[in-house]
Amino acid sequence: MSAQLAAYTTSTGEAFQFWVLGTVAVIGALGTVFMKKAVHSALSLAGTMIVLAVFYLANGAYFLGIVQIVVYTGAIMMLFLFVVMLVGVTAADSLKETIQGQRWLALLCGVGFGVLLLGGIGNATLTEFNGTGRANANGNVEGLAALIFTKYVFAFEITGALLITAAVGAMVLTHRERTERAKTQRELAEQRVREGKHVPPLPAPGVYARHNAVDIAGLLPDGTPSELTVNKTLRERGQIRDVSAEALNDLKALEQRAEERLERTAIEPANLKRAEEASK
Amino acid sequence: MNPVNYLYLAALLFTIGATGVLIRRNAIVVFMCIELMLNACNLAFVVFSRMHGNLDGQIIAFFTMVVAAAEVVVGLAIIVSLFRTRHSASVDDASLMKL
Amino acid sequence: MENLIALLIAAPLLGAALLLTGGRRLDSVGHWIGTLLSATSFVFGVILFADLLGKDAEHRTLTQHLYTWVPVESFQADVTFRLDQLSMTFVLLITGVGSLIHLYSVGYMEHDERRRRFFGYLNLFLAAMLLLVLADNYLLLYVGWEGVGLASYLLIGFWQHKPSAATAAKKAFLVNRVGDMGLSIAIMLMFTTFGTFAFGPVLGSVGDASEGKLTAIGLMLLLAACGKSAQVPLQSWLGDAMEGPTPVSALIHAATMVTAGVYLIVRSGAIFNAAPDAQLVVTVVGAVTLLFGAIVGCAKDDIKKALAGSTMSQIGYMILAAGLGPIGYVFAIMHLVTHGFFKAGLFLGAGSVMHGMNDEVDMRKYGGLRTYMPITFVTFGLGYLAIIGFPFLSGFYSKDAIIEAAFAKGGTQGWILGGVALLGAAITAFYMTRVMLMTFFGEKRWQPDENGNEPHPHESPSVMTIPMIVLAVGSVGAGFFFHLGDRFLNWLEPVTGHEEGNSPVGAGAITAATLVLLVVGAGIAYLQYGRKPVPVTAPRGSLLARAARRDLLQDDFNHVVLVRGGEHLTRSLVYVDHTLVDGVVNGTAASFGGLSGRLRRLQNGFARSYAVSMFGGAALLVAATLLMRAV
Repeated sequence: MSAQLAAYTTSTGEAFQFWVLGTVAVIGALGTVFMKKAVHSALSLAGTMIVLAVFYLANGAYFLGIVQIVVYTGAIMMLFLFVVMLVGVTAADSLKETIQGQRWLALLCGVGFGVLLLGGIGNATLTEFNGTGRANANGNVEGLAALIFTKYVFAFEITGALLITAAVGAMVLTHRERTERAKTQRELAEQRVREGKHVPPLPAPGVYARHNAVDIAGLLPDGTPSELTVNKTLRERGQIRDVSAEALNDLKALEQRAEERLERTAIEPANLKRAEEASK
Repeated sequence: MNPVNYLYLAALLFTIGATGVLIRRNAIVVFMCIELMLNACNLAFVVFSRMHGNLDGQIIAFFTMVVAAAEVVVGLAIIVSLFRTRHSASVDDASLMKL
Repeated sequence: MENLIALLIAAPLLGAALLLTGGRRLDSVGHWIGTLLSATSFVFGVILFADLLGKDAEHRTLTQHLYTWVPVESFQADVTFRLDQLSMTFVLLITGVGSLIHLYSVGYMEHDERRRRFFGYLNLFLAAMLLLVLADNYLLLYVGWEGVGLASYLLIGFWQHKPSAATAAKKAFLVNRVGDMGLSIAIMLMFTTFGTFAFGPVLGSVGDASEGKLTAIGLMLLLAACGKSAQVPLQSWLGDAMEGPTPVSALIHAATMVTAGVYLIVRSGAIFNAAPDAQLVVTVVGAVTLLFGAIVGCAKDDIKKALAGSTMSQIGYMILAAGLGPIGYVFAIMHLVTHGFFKAGLFLGAGSVMHGMNDEVDMRKYGGLRTYMPITFVTFGLGYLAIIGFPFLSGFYSKDAIIEAAFAKGGTQGWILGGVALLGAAITAFYMTRVMLMTFFGEKRWQPDENGNEPHPHESPSVMTIPMIVLAVGSVGAGFFFHLGDRFLNWLEPVTGHEEGNSPVGAGAITAATLVLLVVGAGIAYLQYGRKPVPVTAPRGSLLARAARRDLLQDDFNHVVLVRGGEHLTRSLVYVDHTLVDGVVNGTAASFGGLSGRLRRLQNGFARSYAVSMFGGAALLVAATLLMRAV
């Protein structure tokens, strides 16, 4: 293994692995950029990161490969997903550009930068190719540990300070100081009575057994949906599904099926079509 | 295969990530693109480590990961608080820095 | 003894401070305080004079260092006084004539409710003038110079309720400013050339400086002298300055202040001696002014303005003499002193006449006054005889000496200057005889003033006549006294130096020619104004007469050349400023504004947009790095 890593060229196996997984990595990266939904982007990125972890292993960085999977893909990406869920998993990002010329400029810069970087790498004369065999002779983790606790000990200590600062910072940013005591249920009820609004509990969402999901507004007696019945968070995200027309359409579909069975003439096929659409 | 190909891959991933930062408006996606750029750099460091035959490159990549973790924590906290006040995670909505 | 020098100045300065800040309390005694302090200064002057006389001619220079005014590195300005023979002469003239005029003013200004203030100004003038002549360096002299200008302004405009007086004061002040500029530039040049402006070091090291620099300094000093002494081309203010009370005209605009220019040139003699070009310009200015003043004096019907023209002309003589160099310095000062006597006497006489004639100044409305005011007639007559150079009176000795010195200049210059001086003497005889005849002889041409009051000519009170008598005695005797045994020459020579010129014409011949011209001038005047009745309204007169009545068009010249020219210059400068300068400035601003307006659009507030710039910059940096490596 070490002899192979020390060579100027890699083994055929590694080459094969590079070309296959490299393609996956690029696809994942492109997916990250171009997927409409944030959750898809996050998944694409997770894929790319796993591929990178494999490459780390292939390059003799065993410790980093494992850390990449455990910390990056396992922890950080999950943190991302968590925030994506918090913000709204279904909120699709429109890819339509709003800043004039931004997209073209970005692509121009990107292409230019990429070309320059690739050219730069191609231009560099990398004749030395030592491989990590000797460096990893006493074990990769031991080698890293020896460096971290000797040469890079200060940087390492400062990293500790950075992490603590980041943790405190995250708490400061997301923590909201409560300036007064939270109202008890009793007080809230009394306030409602005083104001004369919503004296009884809010109506529950969903009206039929088929549609009792939390994101479906309950229907008022006249058939119009009442947003009051839906959770405030969903309301703000605009994630309320309207099924007010569905009941009627279902009824019509039932009637039609009954008519067909009773061999009567069909009425208003347009309504049927709409009902099918809505049921999706 | 020459391991320099890893560097080409790293450059490509970095460029894709950078372009993504520029064209996406969802702050979370922008952030993910930044992570992509950091990972591309890490790959380059690891490959450099292999080329030079010592572990310094890996150490740098390790530190990058730590810093990225810290950055993610703070960045996501900012996004969450931004979303709380603006009900939007679009970076274009925070465009008050103009005349 | 040296400590008395500061007291010379302190006495009138104290008077000015008292009178100007004392308020109405001092109204009743203010004039006597002023007169007393002026006389005190004169007494100190006499004591110092006696002290100087008791010393050798070589040791007659006293200095008193009061304190260091501006002690900055090489810029050392001291308040140091220097009393030598030249300063002493001036001190006696200023305090002596000044005290007499103070006394005269007590009577003349009796009915003026602001008399206390008037005496305060007079004392202020005395202090400033004494500072001017006692200063040991040019900077301190400049302080006195400006102080004199201020006092002159205040006194000319003393009757500020008259618009003409206010305007005249302003005019005098402005024209003087032009001269003051010259003095300040001269002092700056001196400082850059010699590194100091004390008289001793500057005048002692004249040999170290280049002639060009000395000429520049000399011309600037001459400009200063022209301003203060009313020489062409800065002469225009003197005639109008007669708007001030007559004692002011006598003290400031005849006897003392206008001689400051002569003092400056004689004091700076070493500089002029080393700059012949500047000296030549001085003589030319003197000669031109001499004729200019004389011609103006011939045409004026206003008695004070006629005397003002005469003053200009006589100071022209002095400047001419001062421009002749060591040949003429002593005679310039001598004429200055004798002129101080007889011109002050003439002005006081004119004031006395006006006092008796309801402040009428037009000589065509006088006539036959000799029987009504005999003392005035006699003193004025003696002054008249002195100024025209009647044999053995003051003017005879001093003016004759100047004419001789002018011929002694030698060459064509000598002939021209001498000729001008001779011609001036003839014209002087003409216009002074004219004044004399129109005022005191002939039939009465009195007319009621605008209020219908018939004039009742009467002799002035003794407080006014006594100074006139004293001055008349000076007019008669001073010249002979100075001339006897060359007293004045020996007195001044250690300071100014003296050379005997070699005149191409004998002294006797010049004296004879002067006397002949004197008789001719006076004779023509007699034929015109003594034999024929004087018309009450001025005849149209010849072109020259009309021009002379308008001061030889000096104001028209100033208006056309300076005012109009200045206006045009200003207008064109404003035009250039508006179009070119403002155009460039505004254009620059507008182009930057436009550019910024475009650039501002880059600042759209979108973080992504800024990120593009950063990314593009990073790309450029990579490109630059690659290029550098390739090179």
